[in-house]
Amino acid sequence: MKKRLIIIAIAVLMVTAWGCEKDSSFLDIPPNTFLTNEQVFSDPKLVLSVLADLYNRQVDFSGLDNGWASFADFSETFPSENGSAYFVQRTGWNYDSWGLNWFDSYNYIRDLNLFLQRDSASTGLSEADRKRFYAEGRFLRANFYFEMTKRYGGVPLVLVPLDYDYGGKVNNLQVPRSSESDMYDFIISEAEAIKNDLPTDVGEKSRATKGAALAMEARAALYAGSIAKYGATTPAVSLAGGEVGIAASKAPGYYTIALRAAKEIIDGNAGGYKLKTAADGATMAQLSDNFADVFLDKNSPETIFFEDFKTGGKTHGFTTNDQPYSLSDEGGDAGRLNPSLNLAENFEKIDNTFAPFATTNGAGAAIIYDNVQDIFADRDARLAGTILLPGGKFKGQTVDIWAGYRLPDGSIVTSDQSGHLKPIVAGGPDVQVVGADGPINGLELRTQSGFYIRKYLDPTVGSGRRGQGSEVAFIRYRFGEVLLNAAEASFELGDNGTAATYLNMVRARAGLTVPLSSGDITFDRIVHERKVELAFEGLYFYDMKRWRLATYRWDGVPTTLSDLKSNIGNAKKHSTQPWGLWPYRQYDPAHPDDYKWVFKETLPALVTGVNRFLIGNYYTQISDGVIAANPNIVRQPNQ
Amino acid sequence: MKHCFKYILILGMIISFASCKKDNYAEPGSFLSGKLMYNGDSIQVERNQVPYQLYQFGFGKVGPIAATFAQDGSFSQVLFNGNYKLIIPNGQGPFIWKQTADGNPDSLSITMNGSQTLNLEVTPYYMIRNAQISGSGSNVTATFKVEQIITDPAMAKDIERVSLYINKTQFVSGGDNIGATNMGGADITDPNNITLSVAVPKLATTQPYVFARVGIKIANVEDMIFSPLQKISL
Repeated sequence: MKKRLIIIAIAVLMVTAWGCEKDSSFLDIPPNTFLTNEQVFSDPKLVLSVLADLYNRQVDFSGLDNGWASFADFSETFPSENGSAYFVQRTGWNYDSWGLNWFDSYNYIRDLNLFLQRDSASTGLSEADRKRFYAEGRFLRANFYFEMTKRYGGVPLVLVPLDYDYGGKVNNLQVPRSSESDMYDFIISEAEAIKNDLPTDVGEKSRATKGAALAMEARAALYAGSIAKYGATTPAVSLAGGEVGIAASKAPGYYTIALRAAKEIIDGNAGGYKLKTAADGATMAQLSDNFADVFLDKNSPETIFFEDFKTGGKTHGFTTNDQPYSLSDEGGDAGRLNPSLNLAENFEKIDNTFAPFATTNGAGAAIIYDNVQDIFADRDARLAGTILLPGGKFKGQTVDIWAGYRLPDGSIVTSDQSGHLKPIVAGGPDVQVVGADGPINGLELRTQSGFYIRKYLDPTVGSGRRGQGSEVAFIRYRFGEVLLNAAEASFELGDNGTAATYLNMVRARAGLTVPLSSGDITFDRIVHERKVELAFEGLYFYDMKRWRLATYRWDGVPTTLSDLKSNIGNAKKHSTQPWGLWPYRQYDPAHPDDYKWVFKETLPALVTGVNRFLIGNYYTQISDGVIAANPNIVRQPNQ
Repeated sequence: MKHCFKYILILGMIISFASCKKDNYAEPGSFLSGKLMYNGDSIQVERNQVPYQLYQFGFGKVGPIAATFAQDGSFSQVLFNGNYKLIIPNGQGPFIWKQTADGNPDSLSITMNGSQTLNLEVTPYYMIRNAQISGSGSNVTATFKVEQIITDPAMAKDIERVSLYINKTQFVSGGDNIGATNMGGADITDPNNITLSVAVPKLATTQPYVFARVGIKIANVEDMIFSPLQKISL
């Protein structure tokens, strides 16, 4: 009995004593399923993981994880996928083309603003960490506003997290659009403010560095300068409040900033960035390989800032979608992105002249080549570095691109199946009459233009498999572009000599060893050099916009063969339909030309539309839903 | 099992009959139509290229009912009865639409109460007068006069080019044509007497006629203004 009493007493004591705990400490159990802001912003590793998400939410125009189709438009390529034929069958673009999701974008900006607020308020981080994280957040925010400005012109510039006060009024949240020049001024001033808080490290490519901030500054200032200068030629593309359009008087100031920022990188103030060059005495083929390698080598001294991918984490399907059909890692998944002849013929000859690929002689007869690659000989090494040509090699194997046999009477023997075997002449033996990679009109996933893409195409074994994916990084800023930015800014400021020096650096790497003199530097040269050096890097479209050339380039008039072959290198040349260059084998057993090659420019049969760029396309529409929610937002010109 | 089917059948009938109730709203029935006009002349444009926007207020968020003019400048819209406002966005069309003091397009109030015809009066930069288009063999020749309507130096614009378009269908414009001839604005010697001629290309299916229009491209204005459509026998 006594024993039992004692036990009860102890039990009561235990229960009541437990109840003696304070309410606050009893009820406030630290959650073990999420981390508080104080916890996160006191541990650099946790801050970095927050930052990783913010890095991951950056957007690109063309991107390896945006899908192959983000590279496909503007008559630069033919899309060899039946569901995507609309690219070449439409007659223009809607006003809302190329937009971002407005709500996602401002969610992202809010998250960036919250990050900056929390990082600056944190007490648990070391001063160095805190500053670097802060600068990275500002870099991402400025770079994202740059992406928005390129598409929309001035947008609401929100730099603090906006909160609803439950007062029934939202006027303070309805931020009007800033002027386009204010947007660029913001990007430039942010870059200047953060550049010294960021590391100077050539090896750091996937996080913001001083080089990345300066490269962003140079590009932004260059865009602003050209919008100011060339916007004057299109007064219809402007708004009274300056939300679109920049006063022409501001152009020299912006160009000066662009040149200064670019020079800081070129002079090595941001680290030892330099062009990735081949060894001395390299052949043209080696120069081409070197150029292709710029986009594959993650340690290239040329890359300033990229979006990285890694097997086991985040990979992309660019190689799966675009690898040559006959060399595909993934059965029938291949071959979608086919560069057009319009682009290919822009690569100049090594004597610095422009010429179309010679398919016919003066009398109109087909020129016969011994080897399929002979027609591409003596061209800019970037041609074979950017485009996988007929007879070109991928993963050490040759792509099989040829459209059929051409008989002596000019008729063609081909098939509607790639790699098909059938007799060439009645009763003859079965032989292959068309390449395993096409081209055949309407046969998707093989080339239909006669070319495949090489830039960014990953030769790693297995990178073309859907399940594995490629880990090639997408370069957002690289030294080659910085040189071209510097060249353009110098040219616009009247210093053709300096412009020539920078252009020649880029061109020498491509095997164009005859230097341009300052007298050769024209606006057309600048436009041309950016087109060929920066093809498929998501910059071409914005170049056409900021120079206000888009309405000339895509004027809605069908591209005829003579249009195609003339005026190469002319900035205002129109290019509204993607042409192809189809190789044929000559069939003439009794003649020495048997089995040699002829070429024919071909407009793929699916191309029925014509690209037409309207004045209202220069700036993407801000949707009616956004304007209804925020009536302070003014509409874009012509919309 | 049999019972089960019976119940399913009954349930199905109940559900399908429940949806037999009439819709809440009658469909819109008032027909708004009209044309772009200038002093009694209709204004011809390119189809699907010149937009207009109708707004109706009082129903929450405001977004436009957007549509485009046909190539003869006509438009039509089926609407509910009520009050609407119509604008043509800035910069659209080969004409000037009135603007408010702050530069926004001025709106035209429309009260729909039954169908109505409403012509929109605008001021074009230029008009094409007296377009005479004729065909002979494989050529189409047009003679016409260009009249400048807006002559105020602050607003007047130059002619970038004049063009003659032909097409095998009745849609004829810079975007829809089988043949075109252009003459730059600087090459026009006498605006009262311009002659353009275009060769009719060989067609996949022969037809003894083509449709033709002449148009004016005005500098820094995207949309062209055209002459009325003509069917030309060859």
